[in-house]
Amino acid sequence: MRVVLKRRLKPLAWPRHFLTPVSVFMALMLGALLFFWVGANPLRAYVEIFKGAFGSFYNFSEVLVRGTPLILCGLSVGLAGKMLIWNIGAEGQLVMGGICGAGVALFLSSHIPTFMMIPTMLVAGFLGGALWGFIPGFLRAKLQVNEIITSLMLNYVAIFWLEHLYFGPWRDPAGRGFPGTAMFPEVAWFPRFFGTRVHLGLLVGLGAALVVWFVLAYTRWGFEIKVVGANLRAAQYARIDILRNILWVMVISGGLAGLAGICETAGIHYRLQQGLASGNGYVGIIVAWLGKLRPASIVVISILLGALMVGGDQVQITMHVPSAISLALEGAILFFVLGGQIFQDYELRIQSEAG
Amino acid sequence: MSGSDLPRTPAVLMKGIVKRFPGVTANRGVDFRILKGEIHSLLGENGAGKTTLMNVLSGFYQPDEGEMFVNGQKVSFRSPRDALDHGIGMIHQHFQLVRNFTVAENIILGVPGPWTLNMDNVEKSVDEISNRYGLAIDSRAHIWELSVGEQQRVEILRMLFRKVNILIMDEPTSVLAPQEIESLFETMRKIKNEGRSVVFITHKLEEVLEISDYITVLRRGKVMSTVRPEKVRERDGTVSTELARMMVGREVILEVGKQPMKTNRVLLKVDNVSVMGDRGELAVKGISFTVRKGEIFAILGVAGNGQRELVEAIVCLRQKQGGQILLAEKDISACLDSIAYIPEDRTGLGSVPDMPLMENVALTNRARFSKGPLVNWKAVREKALGLIQEYNIAAPSLEMKARQLSGGNLQKLILAREFTQDPLLLVAEQPTRGLDIGATEEVWQSLLRQREKGAILLVSGDMKEVLSLADNILVMFRGQAMDIISGEDEKGIERIGPLMAGLR
Amino acid sequence: MESGALFVAKISITSSMAVLYATIGEIFAERSGVLNLGVEGMMLMGALSGFATVHATHSLWLGVGVAMAIGGVFALIHGFFAITLKVNQVVSGLALTLFGIGLSDFLGRPLIGKVSVKFEPVSLYPLYKIPVLGDVFFSHSLLVYPAYLLVPAAYLFLYRTRYGLELRSVGENPSAADTVGIAVARLRYCYTFLGGVLAGLGGAYLSLAYTPGWKEQMTGGQGWIAIALVIFAMWDPLRAAGGAILFGFINAFQFYCQAAGITVVPGYILRMLPYLFTIGVLVIITRWEAARKRVGAPSALGIAFEREE
Repeated sequence: MRVVLKRRLKPLAWPRHFLTPVSVFMALMLGALLFFWVGANPLRAYVEIFKGAFGSFYNFSEVLVRGTPLILCGLSVGLAGKMLIWNIGAEGQLVMGGICGAGVALFLSSHIPTFMMIPTMLVAGFLGGALWGFIPGFLRAKLQVNEIITSLMLNYVAIFWLEHLYFGPWRDPAGRGFPGTAMFPEVAWFPRFFGTRVHLGLLVGLGAALVVWFVLAYTRWGFEIKVVGANLRAAQYARIDILRNILWVMVISGGLAGLAGICETAGIHYRLQQGLASGNGYVGIIVAWLGKLRPASIVVISILLGALMVGGDQVQITMHVPSAISLALEGAILFFVLGGQIFQDYELRIQSEAG
Repeated sequence: MSGSDLPRTPAVLMKGIVKRFPGVTANRGVDFRILKGEIHSLLGENGAGKTTLMNVLSGFYQPDEGEMFVNGQKVSFRSPRDALDHGIGMIHQHFQLVRNFTVAENIILGVPGPWTLNMDNVEKSVDEISNRYGLAIDSRAHIWELSVGEQQRVEILRMLFRKVNILIMDEPTSVLAPQEIESLFETMRKIKNEGRSVVFITHKLEEVLEISDYITVLRRGKVMSTVRPEKVRERDGTVSTELARMMVGREVILEVGKQPMKTNRVLLKVDNVSVMGDRGELAVKGISFTVRKGEIFAILGVAGNGQRELVEAIVCLRQKQGGQILLAEKDISACLDSIAYIPEDRTGLGSVPDMPLMENVALTNRARFSKGPLVNWKAVREKALGLIQEYNIAAPSLEMKARQLSGGNLQKLILAREFTQDPLLLVAEQPTRGLDIGATEEVWQSLLRQREKGAILLVSGDMKEVLSLADNILVMFRGQAMDIISGEDEKGIERIGPLMAGLR
Repeated sequence: MESGALFVAKISITSSMAVLYATIGEIFAERSGVLNLGVEGMMLMGALSGFATVHATHSLWLGVGVAMAIGGVFALIHGFFAITLKVNQVVSGLALTLFGIGLSDFLGRPLIGKVSVKFEPVSLYPLYKIPVLGDVFFSHSLLVYPAYLLVPAAYLFLYRTRYGLELRSVGENPSAADTVGIAVARLRYCYTFLGGVLAGLGGAYLSLAYTPGWKEQMTGGQGWIAIALVIFAMWDPLRAAGGAILFGFINAFQFYCQAAGITVVPGYILRMLPYLFTIGVLVIITRWEAARKRVGAPSALGIAFEREE
C-alpha cells in the first residue's frame, strides 16, 4: 500500500473554512507536548496565554502594541513574496529604519519644526529600511545574486551596527553603562492613545496595509508584480521590466520594515536600545505566509500572533516557562497550515499493492 | 518478417485497458498485442490515447482497469523500473536525458551494477553498441552539445544497452528531417531482425505503410482496427482513404479558402540577422527576408534549427548579434506596440496559468486598459466577455483560472487577446500544435482574417499548415535560410522536404 | 609575528568546521534537488541536543550521535513538506529554521551557563610532528579530523560512484531519473536526511568542542553562511572546503585583531566581517560564473517532482 498525492484540477472549496482552525489546533497540541516536556500543565499554560492576551483591556492593548511591527514586517515580506522575491532581511531593515529615525530625533530635533518632527522621522525610518532593501534588490536585479542570503547577512550587519552605535558613538553619556542612546526629546515621541502603549505606529501599519492592498488590486504596477510572481517567463513575454520591479519592490519592502523600526523606537522605547532587534522581522515571514500574502489577512494574523507573544510573556512571568514558546508555536503553526493547504489542492489516494 | 498470421504467444498482451484522467477517459477498454520481432505501429490523432496506452505498458501510469501479460505471464507495473525489468522501455517525445551529463553517464544511469563507477569502461561498451547499430555518437559529449536527432540516438542506445525486448517510440519522426527518418527506420529494422519488437507511435500515415508489420488504429481511446499494411495500401502505393477515416472518423479536408495575395508595400525587413543561442553558439546565421502587408510568410523547419531564436530576436525578447530588423522602415525595437506575438509555449510564456482569465486578457494589453497608474478592470471585463463570445471560447466565467481551460480554448484566448492589439505584424509560433481538428480550423480562419489587416509571420514545423496558409515559405536549417519558395510554386514545394534536411 | 600567523591559521581551521559539516550536508541535499533553508534550525537543535545529552550522561560520543540523529529528524520534517506535500521549499525551510530557533531557545533555557565535559584537543600521532603543518592541522579536537576524510569522500561519492550519479540525476532531471527506474522521492529523502545529520554534527561541534556550552542562537547565522557557501562552492565538496576555511580565516583574523588589542577598527565593525565577506564572495562568484556562462545549481533545485499524470 502506498499513499499518492494527486493535484486537483480545481481546489476544493469546502475545507477552506476549517483547515486553518484544525491546523492551528494541531500546532497547539504539539505545543501542549512541549509544555508537558518542561513540566508545565499545558491546559493551564494555554489559559494563561489567553488571559495574558485578552484578560483585560490593557492586556489587549499590549497585543496591538506587539502586533504593530508585525503588520509592517508582514507587509514587507508579503509584498516581496508576491513577486517571489524572498526578503528575509526585514529584521535588518527594521533596525536600519530605527537607526535612521533615531538619528533624526537625536541630532536634528532643534532644526526641524515641531509639527514636522514625526513625519520627518517616519520618512527617515522608511528611507533607512529602503536603503537596506535596496542593496539585496540591486544585487539580485543587476547581478543575479541570491537575495535570500544577502538580505539575511545584512541583518547581522545592521544589528552589529546598532550595537556599535549605542555602545559607542551614540551612547548616552549620562546612562552609566546602560546599553542605549539618550532619550529622544519629547517632540519626537509618537503619540499614544487611550492611556495605553498603543501608539501612532498602529495607524501607520493599518495605513500601509491599505496602500499595499490598493496597489496590488488596482494599479498597473501591482498587476505587474503579481504576474512576475506567478509566471516569470510570461512577465518577460508581456514586456514587464522585471529588474526594475525587483528593485522597487525591495526598496518599498525594506521601507515598510524600516517603518516598523522607527515606530518601535519612537513609539515604545523613546531611544535606541538593546531589544530593537527582537525577531519581529523573522516573525514577519511567518505572518506573511500565514496571511497568504494578502494585506487584510496579514493585519489579522499580526494581531493574533501579537496575542500569542503577549501570552507567551505572561506564562514566563506566572509559570516560569520560557517565552520562546511563542516562536516555536508560530513555526509549528506555519508548518501545519502549509500542510493543511495541501488537502485543498491535492487529492489523497491510497493505492493498494497491485497484483 | 512476422511470417504468417498464425497466432503465437505474443510478447505483450494488453486486455481491456482503461485509464481515466480527471475529466477525460484516455483509454476505454483497449486490447493490444505485440508479437516478437515485429514493428507495430500505433496510429491515431492527437488525443486518441496512443501515448497513454504505452505509458501504461511502460509503467508510467497504472491502469484503472484491465490486465497485461508479458510472454504469457500476468504482470502489473508500479513504476518504469518494473517495466524495464521485464524488458519494456519507452522513448518519450520529450527526451528524458540529463542535459548536464555525458552520453555515457546518461546511458549507465539507473543500470544495476557495482557501486563504483568506471566511466572509461562504460564509454567503451557504449561505443561498441553504437558501432554495431550504426548509431554514431561521441559517448563523452554532453547532451546539451547534441542535436535533437543525436539525442534521440542516445535514447535508443540507452534502451539497447539495457537489452530491452520491447522498444516503444513516441512520435520519433516528428523531430527529424526526412533523411534522418530513413536512418531511424534502418535502425528499427536492425532491432527487429534480432527478434525484438518496436512499437512506433505516430499520426503520419505514409510512414506507417513504409515500416510496419502491423498497424493498430486508435480513436478516442478505442481500438478501431488492427490491420497489416498490405490491406490498406492502394495499388499505386498510397494510403487508402479508409485508414484515414478510421483514424479521424470523418473525411477531413481542411479547405481554408485562401485568396491570392495582393502585392503591397514591404512591412517587415529582416536583413542579415545573426542571433546567439542560449549556450553562446550562433543559432541564426545571417538570415534576410521581407514580409509584405497582407502576406503570410512562413518559416518552416525541423524544431531546433534556430527558428525560436530568430523569432525572439524579431519580437525583441533576445538580443541580435548583427544585422537589422525594420518594421515599416523603423527599427523594430521602436515599434513594439505594433507587434503581437503568439508563442508556442502557451502555458509557460503566453499566459499565467494560475491567474484568472480576465487578468490573462490584460496581460499584454495592460497599457491599453490603464488610466495613469490605474488599471480599468471594468473595461478589461467587458473586453474579455466580448472576446469569449466572438472567438467561441468555452469558458464559464472570467474568474476561472487559465490552467482550467483546454489547450484549444486557451490558444483561442491568446489569439483573441493578441488580435485586439491591432498589430501591424503578428508573429505566430506553432499556432495549432496539439489542437484538435476543429480548433485548428478556427485558428487558421482567424489567421487568414488577420492577414487582411497586416502581415503574419508564421513559424511552424507542420508542412500541411504551412502549405495551407503561407504565401511564401522560408526553409530554415542549422540557422540558415535554405531558400524562399512561393506557396504557388508546385515544383518548389517538392524541394521543401530535402531542404529541411539541409540538402539543396 | 610568527606565532600570530600560527594562531590565525589554527583558529581558521577550528572556526570553519561547523560551517564545513553543514555545507557538505547541504550540498548533498541540494544536489538531490531539495533546497533546505532550515540549516540554521537543524544546527541549533543539534547543538542543543548534543550538549543536553552530554550534560546528562557525560558521554561525548553519545552526544554527537544524538545531535546527528536530531538534525536528521528535523531535516525529515522539511523533507516531508518539500518532497511528499510539495510545499514551496523556501517557505518550508524558513519555517524549519524559525521553529528550530524557537524550540531550541525554549527547551534550552535551563541549560544556559551550564558546564560539562567537552572535546579536548588531541594531537594526531605522528602527523602532528610535521613542522608547522602538524600544529595547524593535527592538534585539534576529535571532531575536526573526520572532516578531513569527509571532504574527499563526499567528492568521490558524487563523481565516482553509481549512487553519486543517481543522486546528481535526481537533482538535475528527476523525470529522466524516474524514467530509468530511480526512486526519486526515496533518494531525496535519503540525502535530505544526510544533510540534516551533518548539520546536526556541525551544531554538536559548536556546543561540544568549539564554544562548549549552550546559548540561545549560538550558531550566529552559521547555518545561513553554510547555504551561501554551497553557492560559493558551486555544489562541489572540494570547493566547499576552500570556502569554509576562507570563512574560518576571516573569523580568525577578527579574533586576532581583538586578542592583539588592535583597536583601529571598532570591535562591532570587525564582527560584521564574516557576514560582509559572505555577501562579497557571493557577488564575486555569481559574476564570475555568469561570465563563464556556467550554471552550477542543479537544474531541478527547489522544484518538487510530480510524475505527469
